[in-house]
Amino acid sequence: MGYALNFNLIWRHFDKLWGGLLLSLELAVISIAIGIVIGLVLAVWYVSAGRVVRTIIAAYVEFIRNVPLILLVYLVFYGLPTVVDIAYSAPTSFVVTLSLYSGAYLVEVFRSGLEAVPRGQLDAGKAIGLTPWQRLLNVRLPTMLRITLPALSNTFISLFKDTSVASVISVPELTYGAQWINFNTFRIVEVYLVVTAMYLVTGYILLFALRLVERRFRAAR
Amino acid sequence: MLTQIAYALPFLAQGFALTLWVSLLVVVFSLIAGVIMGVGLVYGPVPLQWAVRIFSDTIRGIPILVLIFFAYYGLPAVGLHLPSFWAAVLALTLFKTAQVVEYFRGAVGSIPKGQSEAAMAIGLTFRQRLAYVIFPQAFRRFLPPWINGVTDAVKGSALVSLLGITDLMQAINQVIGRTYEAMPLYILGALIYFAVNYALSLASRRLERRFSFIRE
Repeated sequence: MGYALNFNLIWRHFDKLWGGLLLSLELAVISIAIGIVIGLVLAVWYVSAGRVVRTIIAAYVEFIRNVPLILLVYLVFYGLPTVVDIAYSAPTSFVVTLSLYSGAYLVEVFRSGLEAVPRGQLDAGKAIGLTPWQRLLNVRLPTMLRITLPALSNTFISLFKDTSVASVISVPELTYGAQWINFNTFRIVEVYLVVTAMYLVTGYILLFALRLVERRFRAAR
Repeated sequence: MLTQIAYALPFLAQGFALTLWVSLLVVVFSLIAGVIMGVGLVYGPVPLQWAVRIFSDTIRGIPILVLIFFAYYGLPAVGLHLPSFWAAVLALTLFKTAQVVEYFRGAVGSIPKGQSEAAMAIGLTFRQRLAYVIFPQAFRRFLPPWINGVTDAVKGSALVSLLGITDLMQAINQVIGRTYEAMPLYILGALIYFAVNYALSLASRRLERRFSFIRE
């Protein structure tokens, strides 16, 4: 009975947590960057494609969205190398997983964003003689990006939290750092208090910063 | 390979049953707690509103995995010894409760103010207003996202495998440990989770369409 809080050991090993936080952010940033590319390409393809392509894209999206992330992480890290001749490090494998994961969510975001671009803008583009490519690049995508910016920043913040799952394949991100300190110093309550605070503060700083960006680029209505 | 997997099927079925059991407990507990806290958030006195707001914003800012580890490793240090199963259920319930609070707030908030004012004008008490006017309408807004959100409980339950609880995820890993058939088993597991969650999201979409006649 009586547990005295003692943060000394946490501060002594704080480099594990700080490095872990930076790695978490790095994983989230790389994954969303690749996820945005996947999402954009598939969403643009989806809206102009025929039935077969649509079904395939929808199958990818539904599969990823309805399977636990931890299973996808295991599948890519432990499963794939047994059937395909590839080898990758745990962080690379996790980035592959999280990119495919965020890509599936972003296809949906971008697809509804593309549909929300007012018809009149596209007609106006046509009227001033823009080619279909120019209409896509200069009219449709910029407007769509402004519309989807809030959803995009929410996705990024939840990806940042999802990077905690990387700890299950020993990627030394923030949650892994927490477990390391947990098992090596037994300052359990302290380490989870500190790590929780780190996730919260980082998450809210990101939220605040992204809201500022959104305000700057808010879609004109 | 197929015989090995067939041999493991009863074991996987047990794991799957545990996954469903954890999800069911989490869904029921979080529904009760979430609606109570939701009422507090929307109708309660200001300090209570703040308390619920802080609870919800804090929980939603923490990864579920950290919540689970915190509940399992952290609580015994402060004198609360929960078996791994209940620590996991507690953590997942907290996460899910915060979600239910937000669904509730969204659903009640979407009912036009005039409804409440009209009910007040004809002399209904606060409880009557909630029971006969607000909740029946808000229920239709609440149900589709809530059912869709059940998939988050099912997916989140896969994390309990990390506490050594033999749910579907852990059962799959154990069978792989014995048979080395990683890919077929992960795909089998993915398909089982997919079947459950996809059915839930289809039900959610169908209900949303069915209730779409209500407009402001």
